[in-house]
Amino acid sequence: MWAELAVTAAKLLLIAVGLLTAIPVMVWVERRGAAFIQDRLGPNRVGPLGLVQPIVDAVKLFFKEDITPAGVSRGLYFLAPMVAIFVALVTFIVIPFGAGTDVTVFGVPLSGVMVAPGLGVGVLYLLALGSLSVYGIVLAGWSSNNKYSLLGALRSSAQLISYELAMTVSVMGVILAAGSLRLDAVVAYQSQHLWNAIPQLVGFLVFVVAAFAETNRLPFDLPEAETELVAGYHVEYSSMKFAAFFMSEYVNMVTISALMVTLYLGGWTFPGHRALSGWPLLLLSVLSMLVKVSFVLFTFVWVRWSLPRFRYDQLMRLGWKVLLPLAVLNLVWVGVGVGYGWL
Amino acid sequence: MNGADAILDAVRQAFPEGSGVSVAPPSDLPTLRVERGTLLPLARFLKADPRLDFSLLADVCGVDWLEQRAPRFEVVYHLYSIAKGHRLRLKVPVAEEDAVVSSVYGVWKAADWFEREAFDMFGIRFEGHPNLRRILCHPSFVGHPLRKDYDPGQRWLLREGEQHEPEWARTPQEDEDHFETQVLNLGPSHPATHGTLRTVIRLDGEVITQADVEIGYLHRCFEKMSEQHTWNQVIPYTDRLNYCSSMMNGVGYALAVEKLLGIEAPPRAQTVRLILSELSRIMDHIVDIGANLNDLGAMTPFLYMYEAREEIYSVLEACAGGRLTVSYVRIGGLANDVPHDFEEAVRWLLRRIPRLMDDMERLITENRIFRDRTQGVGVLPAAEAIDWGWTGPCLRASGVPYDVRKAAPYLGYETYDFKIPVANEGDTYARYLVRVEEVRQSLGIIEQALSRLSPGPVIVDDHRVALPPKEKVYTEMEPLIWHFKLVMEGMQVPAGEVYGCTEAANGELGFYAISDGGGRPYRLKVRPPCFAVFQAYPHMLRGHMVADAVAILGSLNIIAGELDR
Repeated sequence: MWAELAVTAAKLLLIAVGLLTAIPVMVWVERRGAAFIQDRLGPNRVGPLGLVQPIVDAVKLFFKEDITPAGVSRGLYFLAPMVAIFVALVTFIVIPFGAGTDVTVFGVPLSGVMVAPGLGVGVLYLLALGSLSVYGIVLAGWSSNNKYSLLGALRSSAQLISYELAMTVSVMGVILAAGSLRLDAVVAYQSQHLWNAIPQLVGFLVFVVAAFAETNRLPFDLPEAETELVAGYHVEYSSMKFAAFFMSEYVNMVTISALMVTLYLGGWTFPGHRALSGWPLLLLSVLSMLVKVSFVLFTFVWVRWSLPRFRYDQLMRLGWKVLLPLAVLNLVWVGVGVGYGWL
Repeated sequence: MNGADAILDAVRQAFPEGSGVSVAPPSDLPTLRVERGTLLPLARFLKADPRLDFSLLADVCGVDWLEQRAPRFEVVYHLYSIAKGHRLRLKVPVAEEDAVVSSVYGVWKAADWFEREAFDMFGIRFEGHPNLRRILCHPSFVGHPLRKDYDPGQRWLLREGEQHEPEWARTPQEDEDHFETQVLNLGPSHPATHGTLRTVIRLDGEVITQADVEIGYLHRCFEKMSEQHTWNQVIPYTDRLNYCSSMMNGVGYALAVEKLLGIEAPPRAQTVRLILSELSRIMDHIVDIGANLNDLGAMTPFLYMYEAREEIYSVLEACAGGRLTVSYVRIGGLANDVPHDFEEAVRWLLRRIPRLMDDMERLITENRIFRDRTQGVGVLPAAEAIDWGWTGPCLRASGVPYDVRKAAPYLGYETYDFKIPVANEGDTYARYLVRVEEVRQSLGIIEQALSRLSPGPVIVDDHRVALPPKEKVYTEMEPLIWHFKLVMEGMQVPAGEVYGCTEAANGELGFYAISDGGGRPYRLKVRPPCFAVFQAYPHMLRGHMVADAVAILGSLNIIAGELDR
């Protein structure tokens, strides 16, 4: 009992630390990547290649004065960044980050590099908590008592709800094919068959677009559209409260990338993984997952610095009139495919 | 119809002697003195008559003659016919005690802000104007600053709460579903205003139902200050008009004064002026495109464009010493010759800029999101654009091929081979396309001009205008005297008036200069192209969304320095 708890706690710690480390790394990748795309240098002064820059930034944010503007709804104003960062961090526990079902630690079966292997609702849990993240934004926008914040919050609630739907329907295709809500089952299914991205290309593309919208990244960064709404929902936030929003954006990005890899790009599998077992498989699978997630994350950066932003009504049109029908179409195809045994 | 006589004859037929219209002594433009009672019928006639067809009201300004003439004030209108290519000046004298003129807003909408400015600066009231209030000075300002007897030492404070708010912004309103609509201030400090402009909008959801703009945040009394400085000392102030292309303002000003003086800069100076003007035009256009794209969320092309701008700045710096505000032009030529590697540096630019433009275009021109965001957004049809007094790329994007470089060539533009890009849609996308193509045309002009760059002096050899060379000042008596007189008294410009216009980056940049024969301008009125462009902006916003407001604003290229002067 205690050993099992200890193993779970160790996994939790490992993934939480990994996730929080991913934030500064992603900030660095984002800034250097943007600079690379834009034909400039980017931060290169602090540490080798400017790698220490995000840490310096974080220290700066810690020491910034924490301003609470007059006229805010104090309780909600404090709660909003907490909700945002909480939701972002807590969704990660159902994602299998590597193999390891046959490995035991201190006599306890590891049952995968995954915090909650026993959670049967897997994907549902993730989607349910993911839709909670809108609360962070809406509360922030509403409680700030600022017109720009409010507009940002309104935009984001409409955006997240619309794209949540398309995303869920496209994920349903994967669940249908795998026959389980558990993400490790989805990975196991892909290790037997093709990656889901190939037979369910349409669903995959819908998922990719919805993923960009869910993470408020360009071309869907309307809730914080800097040149229209100044900074949108977090315009009144400063210091670590702002940083909480900032961090949650990056954590969400990592989560959704990991989810994308798990659902569509074969999860932790890699060519020849079936020949391995035990610790070598575990280590290599984690590495494989990392490589895949990094690639998806870089795509996020790449797209952000290449595309202009949508307008609100165009975003809605795309979500409801294009993505949702396509996702349903994909679901129908998967249903037929599974029914006839093609998939 | 061509020629001043033909215009005057046509007017004479409709308004014979004794009807309140008289012909003023000849000057640079055919000029009519108009009794204020006749102004409105004459204006209607000038616009409607097919032989005259004065469709564009280029400028309205006041002139204060204080004790020199009675009545004291004159309201001066500059008209232009886009179809016929001729110009006309109207002067309406008004007395101080009864300074009222009928507004021509009903004939040309362009009069809207120009008349407000004349009211603000001179206290001349325009009867029938829909919204006659101060425009460049704030509501708590007392007096009219461009009057000759106004004491410029006075300071007027604007306290919080005294700023102008539109009537509709003060009362809550509900939409048809009884939802409360909200009033939002875009600016004066907002990431998309790129300067200090304030747009007040009423929002129903995200849709703009009402809009109004407030300008004047960057008003620096350019016109008042130029009356206190010698003709050459005004040049640094012109740099600060459209600071994205400062060279072109100086060129426009120098050309107007040279016209008044009856001199012409030497060929080498003209060619250098032309090359640097076109480089400035490129700079202005790419910065506008870049900023517009940045407002739409695409930051990468913005930085590509900025790289090109920085490279052009380096060339300007090598010539003039300054980057942003160059002050390179002098009346009669240039401050000094270009550096020896000038040609090489410009040729390098001619190779580098197209590559950056290509990079930008590959990212953006056919991008579906960009096209959806800009096509059909902020459409202004040609007739309305002319009515609002639009010129430059914005007018050409509405389908009117008016470019001063072709219509009234200066600096020898008639001898260069280039085309005027025109688009017909009049939307934000069309304005983008026109600017991109103009950059490419300008590159072609520079290429041609470089091959014509021949050695020679860069300033006229005339001691009444140009400072003598320093070595002569130190060694000879006469040059020392000339130097002294030019520095202490300024050059003596013969009494008269001139309206000089050039094609600046935003359109027709006009300088209306009046000299009383002294060393300083008696009156210098700038016709800033974006002043006319921006007055249509609140009218274009209705029915669009907040995001469109930002897109349209960027595509109009409103430069606060030029707008507010």
